[in-house]
This record gives sequence, C-alpha cells and structure tokens, in this order.
Amino acid sequence: MSAAMSLNIAKEVSAVVSSAMASGGSPALLLIRRVDAPFAAALRQRFRVLDFFASGERLPAFLAAAAAAPDPPRALVIGGVAGVPVDTAFLDAVPSLGCVVSTAAGVDYIDLHECERRGVVVANSGSVYSADVADHAVGLLIDVLRRVSAAERFVRRGLWPVQGGYPLGSKLGGKRVGIIGLGNIGSFIAKRLEAFGCVISYNSRKPKDSFSYKYYPSVHDLAAESDVLVVACALNKETRHIVNKDVLEALGKDGIIINIGRGANIDEAELVKALKEGRIAGAGLDVFENEPKVPAELLTMENVVLTPHIAVLTSESRSDVRDHTIGNLDAFFSGKPLLTPALP
Amino acid sequence: MASSAAASPASGEPPILPALLLLRTSDASLAAALRQRFRVLDSFASGQPIPAFLAAAAAATDPPRAAVVVAGGVVRVDAAFLDAVPSLRCVVNTGTGVDHVDLHECARRGVAVANSGTVYSVDVADHAVGMLIDLLRRVSAAERFVRRGLWPVQGDYPLGSKLGGKRVGIIGLGSIGSLIAKRLQAFGCVIYYNSRRPKDSVSYKYFPNVLDLASESDVLIVACALNKETRHIINKDVLESLGKDGIIINIGRGANIDEPELIKALKEGRIAGAGLDVFENEPKVPAELQSMNNVVLTPHIAVFTWESKSDMCDNTIANLQAFFSGKPLLTPVLP
Repeated sequence: MSAAMSLNIAKEVSAVVSSAMASGGSPALLLIRRVDAPFAAALRQRFRVLDFFASGERLPAFLAAAAAAPDPPRALVIGGVAGVPVDTAFLDAVPSLGCVVSTAAGVDYIDLHECERRGVVVANSGSVYSADVADHAVGLLIDVLRRVSAAERFVRRGLWPVQGGYPLGSKLGGKRVGIIGLGNIGSFIAKRLEAFGCVISYNSRKPKDSFSYKYYPSVHDLAAESDVLVVACALNKETRHIVNKDVLEALGKDGIIINIGRGANIDEAELVKALKEGRIAGAGLDVFENEPKVPAELLTMENVVLTPHIAVLTSESRSDVRDHTIGNLDAFFSGKPLLTPALP
Repeated sequence: MASSAAASPASGEPPILPALLLLRTSDASLAAALRQRFRVLDSFASGQPIPAFLAAAAAATDPPRAAVVVAGGVVRVDAAFLDAVPSLRCVVNTGTGVDHVDLHECARRGVAVANSGTVYSVDVADHAVGMLIDLLRRVSAAERFVRRGLWPVQGDYPLGSKLGGKRVGIIGLGSIGSLIAKRLQAFGCVIYYNSRRPKDSVSYKYFPNVLDLASESDVLIVACALNKETRHIINKDVLESLGKDGIIINIGRGANIDEPELIKALKEGRIAGAGLDVFENEPKVPAELQSMNNVVLTPHIAVFTWESKSDMCDNTIANLQAFFSGKPLLTPVLP
C-alpha cells in the first residue's frame, strides 16, 4: 500500500472518529513556538496542545503524527521560528489546518497566497508589538544621532579622563525622517518623532489619506529628501532590498538608516560598503539578512548601533501577544472572523 | 555710544574692540567668533595660570568689563575672582548650569550674569529620553552583546520593559523638564513632577515633595539646577521610595544625587537601573558603575550637538552685544 493510500485511509478513519468525538474534548492545536508558562497554561485550558518543541521530534514526523491523529489540528500557533516556513509542503503535511495564528510581528515566513488558495485563514499579531517596535526604532535613532552607545563604550573603556571631550552628536529636531511603510509601526514612529520636532514623510504602496505627512511614491525620491530613512515595512517580494545601492546614494553622506523591518529589506552588502566608504553617515539595525550573524565589518564601526532583533521583546508585549493569540483562536473556533487577518 | 560698543576709530585705524575675558576653553571656533567682535583675552591661549592671567587683564589699560566663562571648566566666579578683576560688570556663561557662579556675590557687586537660556534644552531633553529608552529596552547592553559576538552563541537577549504606561516623575519642570514631558507623552508615559512651586500651565500631577513623587513613579528624571536645596535631592530615602523596579535618569548635575548611595542601591538591587550623563567627580566615573549592565553612562554630552554648539555661540555673542550697548541681557540668571 502506498504512503498516500495509507494516509487517505487514516484520514477517513479520523473523520469518522472525530465526528464521534465532536460533542466532547478540546480541539487539537498545533503549537510551533516556545511559550512561557502562562501562555502554555492558557492554551491548555482551551485546547489539546500538540507542542512541537516539547515533543522532541523532528518536524516532519511531528506533523505526520498530528495529521494522522483521530482529531487532527485545525489551527496552528507559530512564532516565525527560523527554518519553519508555512508553505505548500507544510500545508500538504497537515491538510486539516484551517487557521494559522502568527505570533511574530512579520508574516514573511508564511505563504499567504497558498493559504488563501486552500481557504486557510491567517492571523498576524496586529498592533500588539507596534508600540514597542516604534519605541525601539526611536531609541536606535537617538542612539545613532547622539552617539549614546558609542559614548557609553568610551566611558566604560576609561577614556573620559584620558581623552576628555567626546565628538559632537547631531540634533533630532528639524531632521527630515522618511518612513518606508506607514502601517501601525510606521505611524507610531511618526507620532513619537513629531514630539521631537522631526519632519515626517513616507512611502507606502498607496498614500494614506488619514495622515497629513508628505507621501512619496518612490523610495528613491523619499531618500533624496530625507536625513533619516526608517524601514518599517513588511518583507515580501516587492520590498526585498527596497533599500538598495541607488536608495543609499540618494540618502547621501549625511544620511542615517534605521531598520526594524527585516534584514532583507536592505541590501546588507551594499549597506556595509556604503558605511565603510562614508557614503552614508550611520545606521541603527535590529535585523540582519543572516541572523544571528552580523557582518564583522559592522562590529567595529562607531557610527552604527546594532541590536539582536529585540524590538518586540518586552515583558508587557509577551502577555499582550498571549491574549491576542487566544483572541484570534477563539474567533476562529467559534466561526467568527479573525481579529487581525493577514491578507496576501 | 556707537553700535557694538566699538569706540569711534581715528580714520584709517581699526575699530577699538572692547576687551573680553575668555575662560577657559580649547575650542578654537568660539574664540574665533568672539575675536571678530571683541578683543579677546584668552586664558587657554595665554598658557598662564588663572590668577596670573586675571591679574594681567585687570592691570591693562583697558581692563575687561565682560567675561565669557565656559561651562564645565575649573573656573569659579566667586568673591576672589571678582576681586581679581574689579572692572567686570558682566559674566556670560556658555552653559545652562551656573552652580560655579556665586550669583549672590555677583548681584551684590552689580555684575550681570547670563547663561545659555534654552539653547541646549531640546538636546538635553532628547538625550534624557534616549537614555531612558536605552535603559528600558537595553539598547547599549544589547549592543555590547552583539559586538562581543554573543548573539550566535547565547541566542535570545533578555526582555526589556515597555515605555507606554510608565509613570515618569520629573524633578524640575523648567524648559528641559517640560520638553522631556512632551516627548514622553508621545510614548504613552504618564507624567508627574516636583518643582519649587506647581506650574498652573501644565496638567501633569504635582508632588510637593520628591519622596512622594518617587513612591508613585516608575522612573525619576533629575532635570533641576544644582543649588543648596537640590544638592543630593536624590538621597537614600528617595531611592528606597523609588523601589526595586525603579529607574533614575540624571541630566542635571552629579551632585543632585548621592552617588555612593546610588551605587549601593544598584549593587544591592534596591533600584533597577540608572542612566547618568553627569557624575559627582567628572570625569571620574565610579568603577563599580562601569561593570554594571543595568546602567547607561555617558560623558556629560547631553548638550553636545553641532547645532546647539553654534546656537550657544550666537547666544553668547548676542548677550555680550546687549551688555555692551547698555541693553538688558537676553538670558539673565538671577540669584
């Protein structure tokens, strides 16, 4: 008997069994994310949790077992763990899936078109992380302009008594900030930077009429008119390397770039070259093309600020994402629309 | 009197510029800007010790009526200083803080004092906010983690803490304190404050004493001047009151905080962290602080941007021009 045939028989059996079980038992839930104790407890209260990391199994075996069970999982909670894309192969492995809830800020690891084709609804994290990511972006910008971390290093190396004064920084007020992507995160960044007296412009797929900031249809033109570029957009086919050599040229030698999107939003090799050659002034980066690898050249630069993908990491957003995830799952299982659907 | 107080020159001769003391800076750009308008007696360039320099200036034919005192230097404008140069009628301080100027003694002698007014306020406020974000979100600590190559080895970094909803108690709601408040409101912080008197123009909650402010705050920001009342305004009691999850940011003067008590509180986990741009004995930073991961230490740079340096220069010159044309100072400081 072929594997496909045994799988089909298994599915028929499971369909029969699960309709018999329909009246009792919590629904099965696939969990491919490390969660803390409160999150695990909250999920277990409502679902029969099939926990990948707790299983110790390899992913293909884990998924096959889940799919073959009498009550296969209709929903998945996943956190954008590196190396686990929700793509055609994944969806083939668990055909019972009807809902994917992403706890990550981005959904670039999920094939949204394929999900839509199969009628699998996808929920993103909505605005759960938006304030924290925006705060971190602003922190990175202040750090680059005012040299906070670099000055910190100076003090900790004991150089203050020895070398005296520290190089001047640059004022925030009046800086023209170009935000690429004016979603929740981008607009939160804009609101914060306005309080510092920055002038906000933006680029996005379409202009946003609810905001009075100046819109630029092209990222190149935005860069040419900006002192600071902030990457706050999702990663998809259109936005891969949206900041490329041409955009860096347009930004210019006094320009600064902040990235709290995805490493691949920027052509990292070109960025490193531009920094080395002084063709831009500095960068604040929370994300990189090959995390956790950070290009060695960046590690010795004084005009960059590098953080290890922590823009979402606060204890408050941990508990918010738990509530938000459960909210989306409850909506799905009661036949209601998701709270925060991610559309292709 | 002629404008810029230049005495009318004999024809063909350069204008006689008023004498001006400059103490004490190696900053050539300020000296150069001043030399365009004044006959600058530059203490740094003279190479003389200050007492000899002052004596020589006072003994000259046209002794200086004004002095530019560069903040952060060793110069104290006290009775001895004013005795040494009795011709002085105006002191323009390039910085905001005038804790090194005896304001009462100056007033007694009719010596007008100016500071930098609000020239630096925005940059100091920005730096304070930058340090707070750095502490709550561990930016510099995470930076060290990355630069040491620990990310691939140790994986995830510890969680930070959200800004929104934090109760921020600002000590001193002058121009700097209110700019800090405005910025932090955009992040969703709740603003409280203490100052000598409540400010009717703001809606933030006022606390008449710092102890109560500390007990109701998650973050304390020192944004007040240094004077007799505010020396060690952050003391052991206030740190106790702030508590083990509390954070303190100092962009005032090192002596606003009892530094040994602060270090003890940090070592013993009785407060959560501190962001310090100023220290009691600059440029000495206590060694215990330098190895802590929950502090952010910067070398008194809150004012240092290119833009405000140029604004400071303009403000200094404008005050001097006002003085020499018999007008009131633009940014006077009263005792």
